[in-house]
Amino acid sequence: MSFVFYILAALTVAGGLAAMLLKNTVHCALALTVAFAGLALLFLNLDAQFAGFAQILVYIGAVAILVVFAILLTRGSETPRDGVFSRTWLVGLVIAAGVFAVLGWAVIGSVRVLPHETAVPTVTVLQIGNALVSRYVLPLEIVAVLLTAAMIGAVIVAMHEKEGQK
Amino acid sequence: MINTLDQIFVLLRHWLVSFLPAAWQPLVGVLLSVAAIVCLFPALFALTTVFERKGLARIQNRLGPNRVGPFGLLQPIADGIKSLTKEDIVPLSADAAVHFLAPVLLLVAVFMGFAVLPMGRNMVFVDMDAGLLFYFAMSASTELSVFMAGWSSRNKYSLLGAMRAVAQMISYEVPLLLSSVVVVMMTGSLSLTKIVAAQSGFTWGLPHWFIFTPWGCAGFVMYAIATTAETNRSPFDLPEGESELVAGYHTEYSGFKFALFFLGEYLAMFSISGLGTTLFLGGWSAPFSFLTWVPSWIWFFSKLMLSIFVFIWMRGTLPRLRQDQLMNFAWKFVLPLCLLNLMVVALWRFMGDGWLRWVICSAILIGAYATMGWGEMRRGKIGPRSYRYAE
Amino acid sequence: MLGEGILKGMAETAKNFFGSYFSAERLTTVEYPEQRIAPFEAARVFPFLVFDSKNPGDGADWQTGMRCVACQICEKECPPKCIFIEKSKDKKPDALGKPQFYPVKFDIDISVCMSCQICVEVCPFEAIKMDTEFELSTVDRFGGLLLDRQQLAKSNEYYHQIHPAEAAGVDARLVAEKVKADAKARSAADAAVAKAAAIAGEGA
Ligand code: SF4
Ligand code: SF4
Repeated sequence: MSFVFYILAALTVAGGLAAMLLKNTVHCALALTVAFAGLALLFLNLDAQFAGFAQILVYIGAVAILVVFAILLTRGSETPRDGVFSRTWLVGLVIAAGVFAVLGWAVIGSVRVLPHETAVPTVTVLQIGNALVSRYVLPLEIVAVLLTAAMIGAVIVAMHEKEGQK
Repeated sequence: MINTLDQIFVLLRHWLVSFLPAAWQPLVGVLLSVAAIVCLFPALFALTTVFERKGLARIQNRLGPNRVGPFGLLQPIADGIKSLTKEDIVPLSADAAVHFLAPVLLLVAVFMGFAVLPMGRNMVFVDMDAGLLFYFAMSASTELSVFMAGWSSRNKYSLLGAMRAVAQMISYEVPLLLSSVVVVMMTGSLSLTKIVAAQSGFTWGLPHWFIFTPWGCAGFVMYAIATTAETNRSPFDLPEGESELVAGYHTEYSGFKFALFFLGEYLAMFSISGLGTTLFLGGWSAPFSFLTWVPSWIWFFSKLMLSIFVFIWMRGTLPRLRQDQLMNFAWKFVLPLCLLNLMVVALWRFMGDGWLRWVICSAILIGAYATMGWGEMRRGKIGPRSYRYAE
Repeated sequence: MLGEGILKGMAETAKNFFGSYFSAERLTTVEYPEQRIAPFEAARVFPFLVFDSKNPGDGADWQTGMRCVACQICEKECPPKCIFIEKSKDKKPDALGKPQFYPVKFDIDISVCMSCQICVEVCPFEAIKMDTEFELSTVDRFGGLLLDRQQLAKSNEYYHQIHPAEAAGVDARLVAEKVKADAKARSAADAAVAKAAAIAGEGA
């Protein structure tokens, strides 16, 4: 845990906090990208080049853009007048705590499983690719099917709306 | 001697650094390389703006700028002074912080892209294992700055321009990535130096560039189309269509910040042309085996300038597309062809040497292009413009 | 095939590009300050006031020879209202010798003028015409572009220089008018004389 790690962690957490607390929704989205960038830098700090760059490419390059598009296309860009705290904050808190618990459980579980490595393993992109289509091919396919289903669903939703207008 | 000339910049850096204590050397070496990139490409940008204006003028049978300095070559200096001394206007209702950050972030992301481009033998700033991915990650993060510029200006033209730009860049990023992936499939590496190395051989005096294979040629054409859209160059310059959007997302920028956007646009064009050169045109390798004595960086930069010339040439020729034509073209024409090209390159890889794979792969690609083009043109999806009101 | 048109267009522009270096007739640009094209007869920029000088060339009598009679028709008709005229209290004889008013003040704001030539069309006295001078840049945005009576006054000879055919027509018309006016005056005088004689005869 070096000095750099703490800076990056602080950046990420600050981005996340800003994304929650800022009033203007577009500012929130931009703050979220800061958090994404912080995560990517954390990956890079761990010498996980592929994961870091993929994080930038996918999250900053695509997800952040999708978020701002969604905000602007749904008239959410106006600043809410009555605070930024949702009325159902208790439910949100419970969900967040649940997600956090699951993640923590997964992380702690994986620490026990993994061999304790002292030297940073050098993983090339080639190895990642090989692992993806051999050992992890089933998760990959499941994710692919899920995304395809989501895409088809989105298309159907969009088509339906258009027909309704006619 | 020839070797020295080839490596002159590398040696120069070594020589400069060698005056310093050993502890400083790596840091200063890095700084020197950064300084070289940061000086060289803006200088190239300045020259390109004149040559672009002169080239466009010649294409339209005009003279072009020829007043400032000999043959108008000092025009960019005059332009630079002008934009530096202009008032920097921030609209009253604009989001000042975001408005300021947008051009800065854009430029930073664009400059980062140069870090992985091999500009000559041993002349790459960082030789990353995932260099291509790094490049695309950087070029993808420019989109956000474009959006920030358009949104923070609080101007309908800016916002429309930004939305158009972002939609266009996202749509064309898919064919851009897919057309580059074929190269990765063939070389089995994301490292740009390895990709150049894979193209360095010669057969009968001709180079092993990927553009001289059926899939490489198809990939290059699609890459070129996607880059033109990605850099918002004509005929895909809808985001700044003067006739409808004033200047697109940088409508509300003036003075130095506008100059930064302008610079960023051209630098993006340079770096993406450099990447195309690396992927398909053999990077810094010579086009004929008897020309290998010419320093490698000369080849890289001549190929780069040639690509820029083609960009300018296209700008002088083609009229702007409409938004729906643009999207149809990306999703219904270029994307399927890119996917097909992926299959073709797999076929090519597993068919082994011989003339048969040349015939089959070319036949598949040309056939697909011809039938798809014919079908689309017949359905009026793409092709010559039709006018409903004006005849 | 798809893309054919693009290639054709690219070939065309390439032809233009290289052709412009080899054939001079492709480049039709006139490099302005060094090269100029001869002004056309119908060229027009901003209006000026015509005066007739007794001894052509000196321009000393711009004030007395000015054809304008300050009727203010042009002032009223000018669409952007860039003419300002102040009529004189006294009268002075015009070219026909008839006593007329004259403009004490005649200003045209050429930063507002849109070169429509309506003032010229409506002037019944051929007093205002269009100039061809276009190099009018000045560092004084307000005063420099507000031309007064003296700056506007140009001699009839100058008018002949810039619009020869048009000026000849105008001159012919003026001469005809003068002849007619003279004839009328003479016949009026004759009639007066005859009348006087008749009265005298009656009286005798
Ligand atoms: S220029 Fe002609 S129309 Fe105008 S005031 Fe003089 S005489 Fe009248
Ligand atoms: S040319 Fe037209 S605008 Fe100019 S002074 Fe005459 S009437 Fe007015």
